[in-house]
Amino acid sequence: MNQPLIEARQLRVSIGDKAIIDRLNLGVASGERLAILGRNGAGKSTLLSTLAGLRKPASGAVLLEGEDAALLHPRQAALRRAWLGQFQNDPFGSTVLETALTGRHPHLGRWDWESTRDAELARGALRAVGLAGMEERQIHTLSGGERQRLAIATLLTQAAPLYLLDEPLSHLDLNHQMAVLELFAGTARDCGAGVIMVLHDPALAHRFCDRALLVYGDGQTRLGPVDDILTAATLSELYGYGLRQIEDRGHRCFIPE
Amino acid sequence: MPTRHRAILILSALCLLAVGSFMLALMVGSFKVAPADVLATLFGQEGSGGEVVIELRLPRAIAGFACGGLLALAGALMQVLLRNPLADPYVLGISGGAGVGAMFAILIGLPVLGIDGLAFLGALGAMFIVFGLAHGDGSWTQTRLLLTGVIVAAGCGALVALMLAIAEEHKLRGMLFWLMGDLGQSTQWWPPLAALVVALTLAMPFARELNLLSRGMMQAQALGVAVGRLRYAIYLLASLATAASVTTAGSIGFVGLVVPHLVRLATGNDQRLLLPASVLAGGSLLVLADTLARTLIAPQQLPVGVLTALIGVPVFLFLLSRQPK
Repeated sequence: MNQPLIEARQLRVSIGDKAIIDRLNLGVASGERLAILGRNGAGKSTLLSTLAGLRKPASGAVLLEGEDAALLHPRQAALRRAWLGQFQNDPFGSTVLETALTGRHPHLGRWDWESTRDAELARGALRAVGLAGMEERQIHTLSGGERQRLAIATLLTQAAPLYLLDEPLSHLDLNHQMAVLELFAGTARDCGAGVIMVLHDPALAHRFCDRALLVYGDGQTRLGPVDDILTAATLSELYGYGLRQIEDRGHRCFIPE
Repeated sequence: MPTRHRAILILSALCLLAVGSFMLALMVGSFKVAPADVLATLFGQEGSGGEVVIELRLPRAIAGFACGGLLALAGALMQVLLRNPLADPYVLGISGGAGVGAMFAILIGLPVLGIDGLAFLGALGAMFIVFGLAHGDGSWTQTRLLLTGVIVAAGCGALVALMLAIAEEHKLRGMLFWLMGDLGQSTQWWPPLAALVVALTLAMPFARELNLLSRGMMQAQALGVAVGRLRYAIYLLASLATAASVTTAGSIGFVGLVVPHLVRLATGNDQRLLLPASVLAGGSLLVLADTLARTLIAPQQLPVGVLTALIGVPVFLFLLSRQPK
């Protein structure tokens, strides 16, 4: 039963000739939350899209629920993991509800149209990210933060057991950052979803994740429980800038020297 | 929210428009035929003007409808493939290649069949050159494809201009009519119609996947679309549809660009509705434009491409001016 939702085995990820990840072994099980941290350009997004099966690994394998992601049909993969990209751009118009409904694609047959049940799921997802009442708005009238929350709602509509989130907090103001993190923490706790997210704030990673993966950009990585790995020493080394650590009511906070 | 019910209603309305455009095309001309006579002729009875309707106007209307439908379909597909609302069927140089083939055939004095043959070969040639160059390193991103297509089209344009410059006087008129798009030269009505039926039948099962592709390659892949294969298929399908139309009626402009936009404005960007609606609207538009082209200054005929452009340019400028909202 306790098969991990996703597993990386001896994973090597390269951009051009440069290996940014080498011999990575990683498993994320149901209910687990993992943060990926690293400097700009270290390869966090590239790693995440490789884990999502959107990019071929240089060597090694990614397994989704025990099956090689490279051999799964994209539709099968889409039922096992949902991926949030960093950029949303929309050359054509569409309404908010239509956009959220695209998440139902892997669940529908070739000739099916979205049913009222699909629409209910989409409306529920929009409510969960605070976009209720905006169903008929055109997407290019949304603000950056609203567009990002719509992308998250689309992800929820997809209803996969594993969420791969590339900077889910970009464009979001503080209250929505907390709301989104709490939303995924709740999904992990109550529905047993697995969550892997690329984050830039080690304090939020410490607060909302069980484990963290530090990506150094030269092939090296470090993986461990957040309490052990998110410390002033390791993070100062990771970002190449001195950080001081402050504890407050169980939350960790990092201040640049 | 998109529903099948709404799609069927809209498509039924457009079917009526298509029927209306056919009726008009069969009635109007230097020899006028009454609606009752047109219907009687179509249902196999003797009516006045039966021969004109069956032998001349009907084949031309069918060819026009098929070409308009093919162009609108190809335009809609290209806009998804390139994720660019300004893409049209000719943007990747298909019509340029066909133009070079056709001009060469006219220049060396080949008969109509030879012109059609060389035009089709030219279209295929341009299609493979653009694909080969853009695909080079396996990436063939939208930008690379678009740039390659535009450059190949420009090269073809130069060759066409060269051939126009060295052509003898009496061949120029035929060449210009071909370049502007003209249904008077179409010899067969069934090849474009067959191409239209096949193309639409092949495209429709992938309509929802095209919706996702228009939102981005990575997003589509993540939502379960086999993006690589789908893009090859659309490129081939849109190119062949364009080639079939251009071979039949020359490079008729603006139908492929404007019709998908008009339909999108009226019904939204759901390809399940957009593709068949564009076919019906594009076909009807071209039938109407061609009816105008052969009646406006009768007995002289205008190339239909001039009329589609004259109608298309203001409509498109209007759409463009209200775009930034």
